[in-house]
Amino acid sequence: MVQRISREEVAHVARLAQLSLSEEELDSFTSQLGAVLDHAADLEALNVDDVEPSSHPIPLKNVLRPDEPIENFDIEEVFEVAPEIEENQFRVPPILGESQ
Amino acid sequence: MKAVEIAKKVASGELTARSVVEQHLENIKNLETEVNAFNIVTTEKALEDADQIDARIASGETLGPLAGVPIAVKDNLCTRGLETTCSSKILEGWKPPYNATVIDKLKRADAILIGKTNCDEFAMGSSTENSAFGPTRNPHNLELVPGGSSGGSAAAVAAGFSPLALGSDTGGSIRQPAALCGVVGVKPTYGRVSRYGLVAFASSLDQIGPFAKTVSDAALTLEIISGYDPRDSTSISENSPEITKVLDEGIEGMRIGVIEELSGKGLDGISEDVLLRVEEATKVFSKAGAIVEPASVPASIYGLSAYYVIAPAEASSNLARYDGIRFGPRTEAATTAETMTATRTKGFGDEVKRRIMLGTYALSAGYYDAYYGKSQKVRTLIMNDFAKAYEKFDILISPTAPTTAFPLGEKTTDPMQMYLQDVCTIPSNLAGHPAMSVPFGLGKDGMPIGVQILAPALAEQNMFRAARVLELGNGEISE
Repeated sequence: MVQRISREEVAHVARLAQLSLSEEELDSFTSQLGAVLDHAADLEALNVDDVEPSSHPIPLKNVLRPDEPIENFDIEEVFEVAPEIEENQFRVPPILGESQ
Repeated sequence: MKAVEIAKKVASGELTARSVVEQHLENIKNLETEVNAFNIVTTEKALEDADQIDARIASGETLGPLAGVPIAVKDNLCTRGLETTCSSKILEGWKPPYNATVIDKLKRADAILIGKTNCDEFAMGSSTENSAFGPTRNPHNLELVPGGSSGGSAAAVAAGFSPLALGSDTGGSIRQPAALCGVVGVKPTYGRVSRYGLVAFASSLDQIGPFAKTVSDAALTLEIISGYDPRDSTSISENSPEITKVLDEGIEGMRIGVIEELSGKGLDGISEDVLLRVEEATKVFSKAGAIVEPASVPASIYGLSAYYVIAPAEASSNLARYDGIRFGPRTEAATTAETMTATRTKGFGDEVKRRIMLGTYALSAGYYDAYYGKSQKVRTLIMNDFAKAYEKFDILISPTAPTTAFPLGEKTTDPMQMYLQDVCTIPSNLAGHPAMSVPFGLGKDGMPIGVQILAPALAEQNMFRAARVLELGNGEISE
């Protein structure tokens, strides 16, 4: 059987998705993702060269709303569930710190 | 009791809303420890709301069509000030600052929210085992799963915890648990029901819909939650469908196709009992005057593969927002980037991680055309094949799920086996069409089987008329 996705690719994808995987997780995810991609291989046999792709079930154009003020969220309620705030802003750890 | 009867009796003063809520809370008290259908039961608020409804009736007010009717909603629907977790640790304790549109609509209809139901984390799964708060069990047999991802909603209705529930259906997450728990479950036409306040999984596929014990209760609930909403840009401008009016019109002359590709023995892992029930359903339809013939939707067999590329791809993008910066719990680390990674790694369960990675991979440079691009083209093929089938037929039928409910733990280590549960339900999501599951008899194991009724976009009326005929037929076979 062709190996659809390598352990290195899984590690790379995890980094892109901002997930950190243990060695065991890398092993199990590599084989599980491989199994799903194997199943998806049935699409390879299909010739769809002349078929238009559909990203959506209904025809949509840009949907714009009238530029009118509407009621927004209560700022207190929004900050109540924020991990950390300071002076009506979300507080985060250093963004330019040394990456390990 | 049926939701429509409760509403009628509450409105006429024959029953108090309080007694209705108390009765359902009693059922919850007796069985919830075993079933685990809820993430939260809103006991006090529900009783408060019931008292308010009773007071309004006493003062002579005319109430909405769901006056005093309890409803349970899946925990991926935002409820202002009330914890909304998607059964994920990454949203534990999060209280949305707004209501989903469907919640406001239910409130306007004077329904009473009785709790938030358990589900597979972020609606990803077919058994409700992927919940950070423990699995839900099937009320008909506690060793078996209720299906998923809206397993808590299906179980809540089946167990008598609530006459109505809402779920969400991205690849079958309303219909499959409805089938496994022996209740009615409806996925409406894409765009019928506003997705505003539904926590997004795969935006081009997600749709909210009702669970109920009866077809007429499901119809009424769908009418109430449907309608254009400017806050959902994919909401369609059609008015709510008038379904309850046409429910009993029968199906004389209706052309019904049995989807061969999804009802044949060639399909992997489909059980004999299920196929037998679909065959019996065709007899019920023929007897009611419909013209029943085999139908072909050739590309439907590629639905599963296309779905497990498209849905994870959309999920990987939608779930990028969970990073511990603006809401939800944060796992603090030295830098913002490390904080995000630590928060996501700790907060997401395995299935969510798998799908995020699968989607990220399918969208990444070098693989985009082979997976995502191709799957989108397959989506077009499926739409085209449905369109061709609907030239000859008014509605189509197939099994809802390939099997009856399976034991807990049976498929958790083999994601692909779990995904196969959705093989018959996925095509409708890809096409944006309505489809519903109606309980129809039992399997050899005594567990419920559902027959799926599919219709073209916006044809909910025909779909429900056929569902009503099947419901009456089901009464006959089980007598």
